[in-house]
Amino acid sequence: MTQLFEYAPAPESRSIVDIRPSYGLFVDGEFTDGTGAPLKTVNPATEEVLSEVATGSDEDVDRAVRAARRAYARVWGPMRPADRGKYLFRIARLLQERAREFAVLETLDNGKPIRESRDVDVPLAAAHFFYHAGWADKLEHAGLGPAPRPLGVAGQVIPWNFPLLMLAWKVAPALAAGNTVVLKPAETTPLTALLFAEVCRQADLPPGVVNIVPGAGATGRAVISHPDVDKVAFTGSTEVGRSIARAVAGTSKRLTLELGGKAANIVFDDAPVDQAVEGIVRGIFFNQGHVCCAGSRLLVQESVHDDVVAALQRRIGTLRVGDPMDKNTDLGAINSAEQLSRIRELTAFGETEGATCWQPEGELPGRGWWFKPTVFTDVSPAHRIARDEVFGPVLSVMTFRTPDEAVAKANNTTYGLSAGIWSEKGSRILSVTSKLRAGVVWANTFNEFDPTSPFGGYKQSGYGREGGRQGLAAYLEASH
Amino acid sequence: MTHVLDPSALTGAGSLTGPLPDPFADVTRSGDAFRAFLHGLPGVDQVGAENRVKVLGTRSIKTTAKAWAIDTAISMVDLTTLEGSDTPGKVRSLAAKARRPDPEDPDCPPVAAVCVYGDLAGVAKQALVGTDVKVAAVATAFPSGRASRAVKLADVQDAVANGADEIDMVIDRGAFLAGRYLDVFEEIVAVKEACGSAHLKVILETGELVTLDAVRRASWLAMLAGGDFIKTSTGKISPAATLPVCLVMLEAVRDFRAATGRQVGVKPAGGIRTTKDAVKHLVLVNETAGADWLSPDWFRFGASSLLNDLLLQRQKLRTGHYSGPDHVSVD
Repeated sequence: MTQLFEYAPAPESRSIVDIRPSYGLFVDGEFTDGTGAPLKTVNPATEEVLSEVATGSDEDVDRAVRAARRAYARVWGPMRPADRGKYLFRIARLLQERAREFAVLETLDNGKPIRESRDVDVPLAAAHFFYHAGWADKLEHAGLGPAPRPLGVAGQVIPWNFPLLMLAWKVAPALAAGNTVVLKPAETTPLTALLFAEVCRQADLPPGVVNIVPGAGATGRAVISHPDVDKVAFTGSTEVGRSIARAVAGTSKRLTLELGGKAANIVFDDAPVDQAVEGIVRGIFFNQGHVCCAGSRLLVQESVHDDVVAALQRRIGTLRVGDPMDKNTDLGAINSAEQLSRIRELTAFGETEGATCWQPEGELPGRGWWFKPTVFTDVSPAHRIARDEVFGPVLSVMTFRTPDEAVAKANNTTYGLSAGIWSEKGSRILSVTSKLRAGVVWANTFNEFDPTSPFGGYKQSGYGREGGRQGLAAYLEASH
Repeated sequence: MTHVLDPSALTGAGSLTGPLPDPFADVTRSGDAFRAFLHGLPGVDQVGAENRVKVLGTRSIKTTAKAWAIDTAISMVDLTTLEGSDTPGKVRSLAAKARRPDPEDPDCPPVAAVCVYGDLAGVAKQALVGTDVKVAAVATAFPSGRASRAVKLADVQDAVANGADEIDMVIDRGAFLAGRYLDVFEEIVAVKEACGSAHLKVILETGELVTLDAVRRASWLAMLAGGDFIKTSTGKISPAATLPVCLVMLEAVRDFRAATGRQVGVKPAGGIRTTKDAVKHLVLVNETAGADWLSPDWFRFGASSLLNDLLLQRQKLRTGHYSGPDHVSVD
């Protein structure tokens, strides 16, 4: 008599958000036309064009930087720190008040499930503003001397995987420290940044403190190479990060980079298996694997390999892939056709190099860009899928025999952003984590974020930290 | 799994019971062996388990799915009265409600069972003649379980003789917490034998076991001893059924079937009062043990006030508006 428990569609309503047919740049407190060629931003789940967005040319970027400089010199820099904090608290509250609007817009523009934008991206973005609002008048306790000073104008370039959250990671500490910003959102996901611009106006943030200039690579280059920018912050691919480092070299600009990753998630034979499986799923399938700290390499102790892989496959079989606006969707759409083809290319390598590919049953939607959750077993550390960042829902499973081997394999990567360890033995967790060269190490959890916790990488994962007391250092001149 | 040296393995202590399902045929050969086996089960990370139920708690069950879930939940209710003040009249009125929960709607399914103390099982049985509604009786010195084995077995035999189709026994938590796992096991085996053809639900009283590791061990112990169902609570101890506990028990029955081929049911009891709670449990079943458990043969709710909330929500779905507590019968 067993019947299937089919969840009826539970779509979030998009009526809460009013997407305009076209958007301008946000410069000096006003929405203005851009002189660059406008771009069309698309819903990756349906390929529907959502809006046309103006882009910034070199002149537009120059205008934005001049506005930011003016605001820094006349208003934001001289302002009492406690008053800067008030603005940040106000922005944080507005983000909470308009949370559903932001969540719906983020999901439409990015393709991530509404459950994640609603429960992770937007609440965390608000939390970053709350956290940094508290710092604004306490900077002398940041460990940077009795009177640390802001740097000036920050040029910030952010990626498409967490559009609003990455904006919060960049804008909140910059403003709390007394800087003003020119931010370029990713070309495929500019909409929540532009909605954030409306929030800045709603909060009566003085004009020029936050400027938002959408665009593609050329706009980003203009932002980071503008001579009057004092600080460059970038989150994105290692390749672009390298070119930014070159462009900034020899200038007086300060630079933080948060780049790629190929994190190891290490499962010991005494791990709590069911929760480890949840953590593996969360590590690689959260946000379709478009996460720089994704646990894309599963290192599992050989003695439990078969059990863990079987449990993992059973669990992946229950993932609900499809309409990102459905509240029950676990895995949404791939952000762009370009990213999808990169995922396809790298997974094709996996098969030709001899790894075994597994995907669950089930159909993908006909329109939009989709990729099934994928697990590669029989992966060797020499395979490209074990070394290159796929930035998609693709997991590579490898084995180890001893803790030393686990550490050696985990560290055998050009990246070093994050890692995870699963064991019920506290002493082992402490001993292994101290040997991992990764900026963030999670024990018996994965992809857990908090504004109080500094985030950043080793090696080609970049330098500098975001979040926590350490993150403030990126936006302050120490006064020792 | 961890392997602990079993000091009595060489003394050849004989098996205490009939054959256990493969591959666990020898795990009860001695107290130490059984302890080593239970402590070798993978641990449960409390934070991770809580996170998992939190995420599943956000599932949005609407329209047709909600209607299905409500009817399914009604058909899974063990409508319960376990008070010192229970009388034949009270039990008869409960039985009437069990046969036909919503007198205004003949399409409303009956509940799974009526759950009473053993001395009233006969009254319930008589009141349910001609229906598929089962009679469940609590036994073994419910709820504390503090009595000699002879008394507990007599309690079971009495309830079965009174016509109980199902026996809800309590485990000896004192023995379990003291590490005397084999004693707990033996007692369940003896109760199972005393049940004859009646189904055995084994109440773990997870509120007294406290940790999720202990819940997993007790679940395996009860399944190995032959329990047909594992049940969270008596309803007399707080906390009673919680979602993380239910998650761990569902993982246990899932893993047990995968290892032995035998399917065991799960019954959360106590503290489930609203339709929302019930739907969360059904989602948990669906996405943990799987659809095979989504029937009254394999999943039950031990509850009293839950049924009325399910009926109110059912009426709401049917008519489009909320009625009120006077539109469902008092128990």
